[in-house]
Amino acid sequence: MLIAIDLALIIEKLVLIVIVVMASLVIAMYATYGERKIAAVLQDRRGPNRAGPFGILQPVADGLKLFFKEEIIPDFSSKALFILGPSLAMLTAIMTSAVVPWGNTINLFDREISLQIADVNVGILYVFAVVSMGVYGIMIGSWASNNKYSLMGGLRAASQIISYELAMGISLIALLMVTGTLSLKEMVLQQQAGYWNVFYQPLGFLLFLICAFAECNRTPFDLPEAENELIGGYHTEYSSMKLGFYLFSEYINMFVSSVIMSTLFFGGYDIPFVNEANYDQNWMALFGVLALMAKVVCFIFLFMWVRWTIPRFRYDQLMHLGWRILIPLALLNMLVTGAVILLKQNNWHF
Amino acid sequence: MQALTNRLKPVDRRKMNFLERLYLVAIFKGMLITFSHIFKKKPTINYPEKTRPFSPVFRGLHILNRDEEGRENCTACGLCAVACPAEAITMEAAERQPGEENLYREEKYAAKYEINMLRCIFCGLCEEACPKDAIYMSETFAPADYQRKQFIYKKEELLIPHPLKETAAYEKALGNRAKKKVN
Repeated sequence: MLIAIDLALIIEKLVLIVIVVMASLVIAMYATYGERKIAAVLQDRRGPNRAGPFGILQPVADGLKLFFKEEIIPDFSSKALFILGPSLAMLTAIMTSAVVPWGNTINLFDREISLQIADVNVGILYVFAVVSMGVYGIMIGSWASNNKYSLMGGLRAASQIISYELAMGISLIALLMVTGTLSLKEMVLQQQAGYWNVFYQPLGFLLFLICAFAECNRTPFDLPEAENELIGGYHTEYSSMKLGFYLFSEYINMFVSSVIMSTLFFGGYDIPFVNEANYDQNWMALFGVLALMAKVVCFIFLFMWVRWTIPRFRYDQLMHLGWRILIPLALLNMLVTGAVILLKQNNWHF
Repeated sequence: MQALTNRLKPVDRRKMNFLERLYLVAIFKGMLITFSHIFKKKPTINYPEKTRPFSPVFRGLHILNRDEEGRENCTACGLCAVACPAEAITMEAAERQPGEENLYREEKYAAKYEINMLRCIFCGLCEEACPKDAIYMSETFAPADYQRKQFIYKKEELLIPHPLKETAAYEKALGNRAKKKVN
């Protein structure tokens, strides 16, 4: 069998990968700046405003500072695992963006170029697989630290992810019943033609949103790193850029889950009230990317807004919410969705 | 028991209804409150660029004064050092030599004049004690430094710039005092 490898395709994908990774790094970088600025503004403070105009060089300064910090690997830690932890956290955080459709196809050099690195037909399953692997970074890092607080943080992270992954998965099943596809690209195309999925699945979206908060370890679910009881949780023993990787991967996770939520429920790169087919393809693809980014920025703002409003859950409350409220609600949502779809297929006859 | 104020509020111990137990409404309300703070005026002042206005009677760093011709007012009488409750002022007197009339106003002057800003309590008694209007307190406060010895201010740091030679710096150092009538 002859495998015809198209060189142009490889180059095109490589360029896309580089752009996507760079973009998600830069966005995560500026999410840290946004976080500090939003925190400041919500608390009537000014926030970083010294490094560059309006403090926009602050994330660069923060990153440089982390690079110059002393690198401490505790004597009593398992060194290989200690290094593997943050690397894995960072790797899985970046890997998720591979199946996201960033925009429609563009026509460049007589080639149709898809603005999606890989249109996997089980895209959403891939996302779930990679996201749940992200917790291994936290668990391995916390266990390798050989510190009781780190271990507690890691345990919390693991049980939290397990609890909320379930509800998230079930709420997603209802969505999959509506769309009938696992490919993210297909979902966006469907939403472009019809209505956004959030109108079909409002409860599903709410559940997904809450679970996304928990998966990203964001307040009110930031128990793995609860500063006041666990002294930083899983990253207590980390310093220098390894700590930076952990903190950074949290922001990348936040960015990626915002992208996934926009794609699943808010039409991805769909521009509302505009029929893309009427205009120039390339410009519309560009505006589509911008539309997706606008939605993502709104979600990231929501993440931060909630963080600076709501206090952290107690651990039993977290488990109670996950197992006794979110999972039954998700199951109910799934059953009702299934019943309605069945009724519709039956022309609304029992 | 009779309430002391009319602000007494009974604790609401009713069972929460379904909507309240969802917490979503309460969360939304809380988020509206934090959102409203975006538009609030920030009380912070951008310090080095902007400073809070001081009262004209603010007692800041000391300044050794000169007269209109740029001659030092101080005659090293030592009244300020005597008046100082923190014993922060040290001085050594010297006699004016012929030919130095353009430097010192009177026959005696302070050859050495030091104020230890770490001892100074900025009470302003030196300013009150001075019969020659030679020392007064400005509206700037002591800057930070890395070494203790840097806080012992010598005559060079305390003297006001020469009014004829460095007019601009003199006017700046004079500040609000320029409006006041100097006797």
